[in-house]
Amino acid sequence: MTLKSASELTIGAVITDAGNSKEFLTGDWRSKRPVIDKDKCIDCLTCWIFCPDDSIIVKDEKMEGFRLSHCKGCGICSVQCPVNAIQMVPEGN
Amino acid sequence: MKMATNGDAAIAYSWKQINPAVVPAYPITPQTIIVERFSDYVHDGEVDTEYVTTESEHSAMTVAIAASAAGVRVATATASAGMALMWEMLGVCSGMRCPVVMAVANRTLSGPINIHCDHSDSMGARDTGWIQIYAENVQEAYDNSIIAFRIAEDMRVRLPIMSCLDGFILTHAYEDLEVLEDQQVKDFVGEHQQLNPLLDLSNPVTHGPLDLQDYFFEHKYQVIDAINGSLSVIKEVLDEFEALSGRKHFIAEPYMCDDADFVAIAIGSTAGTMKAVVDELRVDGKKVGLIKLKVFRPFPSQIIADMVKGKQGVAVLDRAISLGSTGPLFLEVNNALLSIEDSPSVCNYVYGIGGRDAPPSQLKQIYLDMMDGKSLPINYLGVRK
Repeated sequence: MTLKSASELTIGAVITDAGNSKEFLTGDWRSKRPVIDKDKCIDCLTCWIFCPDDSIIVKDEKMEGFRLSHCKGCGICSVQCPVNAIQMVPEGN
Repeated sequence: MKMATNGDAAIAYSWKQINPAVVPAYPITPQTIIVERFSDYVHDGEVDTEYVTTESEHSAMTVAIAASAAGVRVATATASAGMALMWEMLGVCSGMRCPVVMAVANRTLSGPINIHCDHSDSMGARDTGWIQIYAENVQEAYDNSIIAFRIAEDMRVRLPIMSCLDGFILTHAYEDLEVLEDQQVKDFVGEHQQLNPLLDLSNPVTHGPLDLQDYFFEHKYQVIDAINGSLSVIKEVLDEFEALSGRKHFIAEPYMCDDADFVAIAIGSTAGTMKAVVDELRVDGKKVGLIKLKVFRPFPSQIIADMVKGKQGVAVLDRAISLGSTGPLFLEVNNALLSIEDSPSVCNYVYGIGGRDAPPSQLKQIYLDMMDGKSLPINYLGVRK
């Protein structure tokens, strides 16, 4: 993403457009990545409820994986999963 | 119209004429008369300002920022420890580009506890992104208070401003004051111009978002650019105010400087005493002059450099000290002189700390010592060592 220069920005860091947090890719903050074991997963969607971002992909009421572009690797999904289906794996492994 | 009044009441009177939308305030000596008098105007229905009595100065500044971001004209006032308690929010105010106008009744910072004048409070806040202007007398405090709104709210500036006046010496002393007509003041400051107001519900915006490594520096650069560029806006506004009032205002006022060999630079009420001292020395044929600095932030380096170029000596009077270094004005003047070849010799006089009187006899000695080459690099006027 090309970063804007000072003269192109609104003053005072005021945000004038709605919904632009999508453009702020927080996935690169992550040091650990969530990995799902679909054999264990019961599609209860507890992870979707607890995810503080929007990083749990759900399709037809099924847990489909992670939206890693915005997942900060906080691990809340892993802690909350009632069947221990989500493991946090160090990035780079 | 003429009246006899004190500096605080003069500022409250200017606010009555301007009728700011919001005044959040917490009283502190020697600023108290400003918000006390203004609360009378609110009570008596002479203004329709939303007057918010807060539980602390930190909250007063927070309300000021919020109201300004909401899109209205805001004024507040503080001094000394009150400003110290606002500290966190001062940078937030400038960073969020809220054109808040704040009167500062200059008072020292404790301890030991002391309520009297020096510039420790506002000088300590010189790096917070606020424009700072200072007054020599009650008239200038009134004029500056009106001028301040125009500078802060100018679309090329959009920064908060401190309109400073010496605690007690100006805040509580009665002087002759020539005031403008209400309508003249209203026309001069104009309607408050909004910029991305928070309360414009058809154009929703976010103020004060998280701003990290990738953009914070750019937003600070915008402030750097705006505060440096504000100097030319200030000049415009001062000229326009002169056309309205007939009173000439300078970013830095030269007094008997043209043929002077030795000049002093001073801020605030002491500049008035120094003018009398210059007059006295001129009678004796001494070629001395004074530069009275109104605008400290942005610092008018080029103007100062041009004024002292070719002089033999410059004495910089500081009513504050950066403990462990020198007076803050001295640092700025030295920095400004870096651009001059054959720079004059510069010495620093720290004076008037904690309200210590600086009588004409002592101020005269500054010139005499400078002319005799007796000034030290840093001098502490009248202190018993």
